[in-house]
Amino acid sequence: MNRGLLRKIGARVAHVLVLFVFVVLLAFPFYWMVVATFKQNLDLYKMDNNPFLFNLPPTLDNLRLLFNETRFVLWLWNTALVGVIVVGITLLLAVPAAYALTRLTGKWGERLGIVIFLTYLVPPTLLFIPLSRVVAILGLQDTLWALVVVYPTFTIPFSIWLLMAFFKSIPKELEDAAMVDGLSRFQAFVKMVIPISISGILTVVIFTFTLVIQEFVYALTFISPESKQMVGVGIPIFLVRGDVYFWGSLMAACLIASLPIAFLYNLFLDRFIAGFTVGAVK
Amino acid sequence: MAIARTSRIKSAGAAQSPLLGAAMFAPAVLYILALIGAPFLLAIFYAFSDARIGSTELHFVGFENFRSILHSPSFRQAVQNSIVFTVCAQAIVIVCSLTLSTALEQPFRGRGLVRFLILLPWVAPVSLGTIGWKWILDSIYSVITWVLVYFHFFTPFNTPMWLGEPHLAMASVICVHCWRLIPFSTVVMLAGRSAIPREIPEAAAIDGAGFWRTLFRIRIPMMLPIINVAVLFGTIFTFTDMTVVYILTAGGPFDSTQTLPSLAFATGVQGSDLAAGAAISLFLVPVLILVAYFMLRVAHRAEVT
Repeated sequence: MNRGLLRKIGARVAHVLVLFVFVVLLAFPFYWMVVATFKQNLDLYKMDNNPFLFNLPPTLDNLRLLFNETRFVLWLWNTALVGVIVVGITLLLAVPAAYALTRLTGKWGERLGIVIFLTYLVPPTLLFIPLSRVVAILGLQDTLWALVVVYPTFTIPFSIWLLMAFFKSIPKELEDAAMVDGLSRFQAFVKMVIPISISGILTVVIFTFTLVIQEFVYALTFISPESKQMVGVGIPIFLVRGDVYFWGSLMAACLIASLPIAFLYNLFLDRFIAGFTVGAVK
Repeated sequence: MAIARTSRIKSAGAAQSPLLGAAMFAPAVLYILALIGAPFLLAIFYAFSDARIGSTELHFVGFENFRSILHSPSFRQAVQNSIVFTVCAQAIVIVCSLTLSTALEQPFRGRGLVRFLILLPWVAPVSLGTIGWKWILDSIYSVITWVLVYFHFFTPFNTPMWLGEPHLAMASVICVHCWRLIPFSTVVMLAGRSAIPREIPEAAAIDGAGFWRTLFRIRIPMMLPIINVAVLFGTIFTFTDMTVVYILTAGGPFDSTQTLPSLAFATGVQGSDLAAGAAISLFLVPVLILVAYFMLRVAHRAEVT
């Protein structure tokens, strides 16, 4: 065997090994959620048992407890409701703004776009104290409306940024042709630009929805009643009774709330990343 | 006639309509001013007042809040932790994601599935992933402890309390931050790699440059702008995050994992002292300005070249 071949085999082994180690490290918590979901409590809480095996037959008890005796389904519903409304508000404000900044306002529109993007960097942990006062003044404490008002603060800036990149890629001739046919600039935007921007708009919809589900700080600060929680706060805070953790149901809830959104996000990921990489990649 | 018509088309396309434009972006800009700009100013105002939850009276107290914060041991600990967490996490994340993105660069069978599994920590809600870790690091039923006992690193009666001992708790928090950021940083770097022409590293290899030499002399320097982007966002995501700490340790044991955001929450919301909470959270601003500055430089350089 010559050295080149050995080297090739070595590289191949290293490649597989790196991937294997990272997949195990990164995906393990989710695998562990699956295991806990289907384990009987007697099995889960016996220290002598090998935790990697089902020492007692798998059970659906944890799922039954989660769906029948907790507010989990209500939290899912709350989250979906807030998500849909925030998506609506975001589209309504971000789509026209992004179009205006790319097409109608020239160079300084682009600069304003960068400034708007930078506001995305202002974190909830800096704004939650003053915003809690704003929410109180509006009389929205402990209602989902507080979140509906506040969440667009982080969905709008990034959505404008994503959409600006998208609108830039649309040829100007398209609107010109529409305007020659007698449409006004605004009509051309509504009738020509929006329909061919559906995939960009869909990206914003998915992105906004995932951000709403992932948010934790505002939901924790503004809302205290158990029945008004979002999944992201309800599960870690309210599925715990006193100091007792129902690990089986807790892990089941995490899994059910995470996987669909993870799947959706994954489909659109490359577009979000294009937004993050700003100008560093051309 | 035809000529006149084309020239009209050209002018229609070139014409910007500042008025219509302003009308179209005004709602979004007003929203941002009202709910990001104004609250930011309000935070500064609170930091110089004695605002408390439940009290409507408000007095201007000057630098009093800052003075008492700077003397509090919890605050010093929080500043130190925030910096330690951010720096350690970024260092580990960069090394790991450079490695991982190299391994993911070439297409191979099952790449889609591997990518999905690797991305899970980033795309799943952070509070739920962290709860998963809380179970893995449980004081009694931790699977890590079980494995260590199984291989006789520990006796069953003297097991590590992952979240109960200051140094272990800090290490746990850093690990969970890394776990969450590696996927993000990896995909950012993958996006950057695809922009590097493959011929250059290959030519270097043919010229006899070894693996490490090509890595440090060619690949990493060429990827520097994209590594910057990954680090800048990673810094923001770690430095301003309170979810991981709040769920894993709530700042404990004895403030040993308290960070600026979690301390601001504990003081301003749980402790009802809005003024002190606002003052603490303002200490995030210098880092934000620094990151914004470097981000603008990256964007500007891309614009010029």
